[in-house]
Amino acid sequence: MLNIDSLQNGIVIDHIKAGASMIIYDLLQLGKLDCCVAIIKNARSEKYGKKDIIKIDGDIDIDFNMLGFLDPNITVCVIRDGKIQEKKKLTLPKELHNVIKCKNPRCITSAEESIEHIFVLGENNRYRCAYCEQEYDSKTAKQL
Amino acid sequence: MRHLIDPLDLSVEEIDRLLATATDIAADRSRYAAVCTGKKLATLFYEPSTRTRLSFEAAMLNLGGSVLGFATADSSSATKGESIADTIRVISCYADICAMRHSKEGAPLRAARYSKIPVINAGDGGHQHPTQTLTDLMTIRQRHGRLSDLTIGLCGDLKFGRTVHSLIRALSRYENVRFVLISPEELRVPDYVIHEVLEPKGIAYKEVTSLEDSMPELDILYMTRVQRERFFNEEDYVRLKDSYILTPAKMALGKPDMAVLHPLPRVNEITLEVDDDPRAAYFDQVQNGVYVRMALIMMLLGLSGPQIAEQGKGEE
Repeated sequence: MLNIDSLQNGIVIDHIKAGASMIIYDLLQLGKLDCCVAIIKNARSEKYGKKDIIKIDGDIDIDFNMLGFLDPNITVCVIRDGKIQEKKKLTLPKELHNVIKCKNPRCITSAEESIEHIFVLGENNRYRCAYCEQEYDSKTAKQL
Repeated sequence: MRHLIDPLDLSVEEIDRLLATATDIAADRSRYAAVCTGKKLATLFYEPSTRTRLSFEAAMLNLGGSVLGFATADSSSATKGESIADTIRVISCYADICAMRHSKEGAPLRAARYSKIPVINAGDGGHQHPTQTLTDLMTIRQRHGRLSDLTIGLCGDLKFGRTVHSLIRALSRYENVRFVLISPEELRVPDYVIHEVLEPKGIAYKEVTSLEDSMPELDILYMTRVQRERFFNEEDYVRLKDSYILTPAKMALGKPDMAVLHPLPRVNEITLEVDDDPRAAYFDQVQNGVYVRMALIMMLLGLSGPQIAEQGKGEE
């Protein structure tokens, strides 16, 4: 059994689908942090069999709501003085910036690489490209 | 600063005012001949569209302004790799307002985010064409005196036809409007139009394949062209391009006061004989398009016309 010290102050992102932790690491740009970040892959999970966990040792200000878009099963806990101070409720963000890409070949984002891919949450909790309004295919999202 | 990217960027009240101005212009456009003196319109047409470009240019010239711009992407800096954002920043230094046509969907919205002048979407791929929608609304109101209590048949390419999507969204804001969606299976209106526009608002609609069967109930018949440029596959285009052709025999099935609209250009979906029918309104649309664009330019530049000035005097 691999042991990683408990956090005193920080954030634990738990119940990540096994194998998806590096995607989240990149999306949250955790590589830019100065503090200690632990990625635990394929940890045992009673509920899912295997799961990934990310532990961040330090106070950071990140919009975790995009995790709600990626996988609603993910949990985010804020640790203070070694105890869980808050379990963040993940909601779908109103906008996603460079989280998913518009696949419409007629969209301006396909012609200019520098344009940020922005998706806006619409009715029925569906995301549409801010530019061409093409709906994002959730089947493709699960492949992220 | 206001832009017009989507037809719904304007409220129903703003559209009412804009159409009132356009109707006043139609009555005597000479009174508006100096409203835009000293103002410049840039027409940024990355995709050729003679009709829309000339309509915008005619509108600005009618208002006493001047025009500059390009008619194809080949004659713009886009060929050198310049981004939309950079182009509009530059154009903002040259003109007071611009109209942009682009093959890529969302390009005018991208421009609006960086522009210092009002941007009018003059058509972006298969997405939106708001000034065509305003033109359609003006023509419908001209023919029926209202935009509510109408049964509107939309026929042909309802999948890629941006004018169709825009018109449905614009008309869905009026009372007791009913749609008959006439198309081959392959060119049905996209699901999102039904699930996000029609059904949430409880708007009556039906999807059918027969134009003949639908004719008797229509107040408006909006014909569309199956557009070659929207297909990636030539075979599909050839198979579907002649799905619906409006003839005098089919017109005979329609109401006496039905109006036939078409965004033009047509190919063969309306036979030439139908042009002589008084219910053919598609050339009225072309004329109305100039008036609507005049009214829109004035609105976005915050300029008052003689009509507004006279109303103001009356209120004093």
